[in-house]
Amino acid sequence: MTKKLLLGDEAVALGAINAGLSGVYAYPGTPSTEITEFIQGDATARARGIHCRWSTNEKTAMEAALGMSYAGKRALVCMKHVGMNVCADAFVNSAITGVNGGLIVLAADDPSMHSSQNEQDSRFYAKFAMVPVFEPSSQQEAYDMMAEAFALSEAQKVPVVMRIVTRLAHSRAAVEVGELADENPLNVSTDQWVLLPGNARRKYVELIGKQPALLEAAENSRFNKVETPSERANLGIIACGIAYNYVKEAVGDGADILKVSQYPLPAAQVKALAGRNDAVIVIEDGQPVVEEMVAGLLGADYRILGRLTGDLPRTGELTPDNVAKALGVPAGPSFEPAKNLAGRPPQLCQGCGHRDVYAALNQVLADYPEHRVFGDIGCYTLGALPPYKSLSSCVDMGASITMAKGAADAGLFPSVAVIGDSTFTHSGMTGLLDAVNDRSNIVVIISDNLTTGMAGGQDSAGTSKYEGICTGLGVDPEHVRVVVPMPKNMEEITRTIREEIEYKGVSVIIPRRECMQTLQRHMREAKKAKEAGK
Amino acid sequence: MKKDIILCGVGGQGILSIATIIGQAATVSGINLKQAEVHGMSQRGGDVQSNLRLSTEPIWSDLIPQGKADLIISMEPMEALRYLPYLSPDGTIVTSSKPLVNIPNYPDEAALMAELDSMPSVVKLDIENVARELGMPKAANMVLLGMAAPFLDILSVDQLRNAISVIFARKGEAVVEANLKAFDRGVSESQNR
Repeated sequence: MTKKLLLGDEAVALGAINAGLSGVYAYPGTPSTEITEFIQGDATARARGIHCRWSTNEKTAMEAALGMSYAGKRALVCMKHVGMNVCADAFVNSAITGVNGGLIVLAADDPSMHSSQNEQDSRFYAKFAMVPVFEPSSQQEAYDMMAEAFALSEAQKVPVVMRIVTRLAHSRAAVEVGELADENPLNVSTDQWVLLPGNARRKYVELIGKQPALLEAAENSRFNKVETPSERANLGIIACGIAYNYVKEAVGDGADILKVSQYPLPAAQVKALAGRNDAVIVIEDGQPVVEEMVAGLLGADYRILGRLTGDLPRTGELTPDNVAKALGVPAGPSFEPAKNLAGRPPQLCQGCGHRDVYAALNQVLADYPEHRVFGDIGCYTLGALPPYKSLSSCVDMGASITMAKGAADAGLFPSVAVIGDSTFTHSGMTGLLDAVNDRSNIVVIISDNLTTGMAGGQDSAGTSKYEGICTGLGVDPEHVRVVVPMPKNMEEITRTIREEIEYKGVSVIIPRRECMQTLQRHMREAKKAKEAGK
Repeated sequence: MKKDIILCGVGGQGILSIATIIGQAATVSGINLKQAEVHGMSQRGGDVQSNLRLSTEPIWSDLIPQGKADLIISMEPMEALRYLPYLSPDGTIVTSSKPLVNIPNYPDEAALMAELDSMPSVVKLDIENVARELGMPKAANMVLLGMAAPFLDILSVDQLRNAISVIFARKGEAVVEANLKAFDRGVSESQNR
């Protein structure tokens, strides 16, 4: 046993490697990114040839992982919570096909939306797909659960969801690390995973048939435990995942706690807790998933406190303070918030090419007062904020192109989309094909910084392929224009934008210049290489 | 014994290096540690903070409750003020005195400094200037860590120095020495104030 100081994400990654992982499939997204990055940098993973190259999006990742599972090996899919929406088709159906090699679907939820556009709770997805969930309360549990989740996945032939939240993903603690297990041998399934209606009906009944065993596994899980004080309490506490830490911080050992870290919800334990108390409070990070389940189990007459009753905030992440308050623990003395304080929102880096794109767009579009610019997800979403205030929307990966198309179909002119290079290959290409087929009158700006900038500069799937992709999808080559976004080129860029707005059809403009963050990193690496060569 | 620390500043100022060094020192000395960081969007020139908890007892929450932080260590004076509700009534603020103005509505500097000075325990210094004087402008964060060292009594100055040597070792002896010099200067500034 050795101890290592690991982020929650890194604990997941190392737990997976040591459990005999053969491939991780992922698209970068905060707060899940560091899992794949850890595996990419790990010596054992490299020596074993564990697959760890970034996928184009979460759906391709999920499907590839399912394929690896079909071949008998252990696979991990990682994504931020909204990635579950992108891969939902594959994910839900993977529960029906079942798995061969162990398959873990890791969803990193972001309550409080630190880096996200919503705070959806991935436990809903798992319930919907009828698969088990592991929800660690600590970095150590995150590590330990990976081997158990793979084992459960293989024993029950279902994918298993591993649900973490930002505060675990991005918090570091010491983790006791165990031994390295062997990978599974190649053992290609002889079963047919053909979800034609006749097969799917049979497979769906099989999935339902697995539910009692999955519930039994949760009832007996070492990750679910009861702490009962010597004297009778009158409020039972259900603490899910990291909520357990905040409960312990607030009340120490003096409470009647059911810690829930493995689902399906251990119903017998919930009923036992309710039976020895007058009321139950459900403390969970994210949405009131368990609170609703508990209400179903205990009936309308039993008193249940939680986010739905206002005892905890309906939105936002749990904190040690809001949990202590909900448990009636008085707050100690503290200072008032400072008076001389201003918000400091994130900004586009100095010298960033996206800045030049927005400067040029704003200059041209000032002549078209009816214009709208539909944005997308990445650093360039910051173009919605001052000083540019260029964007009218940012909804989901790829929506810039299709929303611009729909608005143009409705008669909006000019209708402009701004999308990043990585977001375009993630989910923009299909929308561009729709626009081409409809001859929609839109201008698509693919602001290409040669990387997935927002998530920290990971490789972008389409680098050096963008002109070919756009013309291949049917955009007229004369209207696929490349510019270099720099202040000295402003005249050329604005002229290009103006010409393409005036062209009645689909235009693509690709302003291309490397991200400042990766540029600086590459310069440092080059300098180091030069020094080493001396 | 416990030490709850809020490390803060503006994205790119190097607060995570400070966290890494304290983390290294704590790990070597067998002290329990939890450190919550902020990654992703907030790194782009916005406010950043890290909750660092050290204790000889088990640590539950990754986040520090309000009124419980023993120390605020800040690379920027307004950012130090942002976390006042988390500071313990007998806690200390160790901060750079030099504002980083990258927003149009930065508060009046004199009023900001007056509010900072009104706090019971504050150590502030123009760390960038000191680091420049020492000929190592990139080591301003090590000056700040040195200033905080006398208040970090769960770890000794020597344990922190050893951690600096370990963390910077792969960058060569000269970088280690420069960072130690910056750290030592911070320690003496703090002790002689």
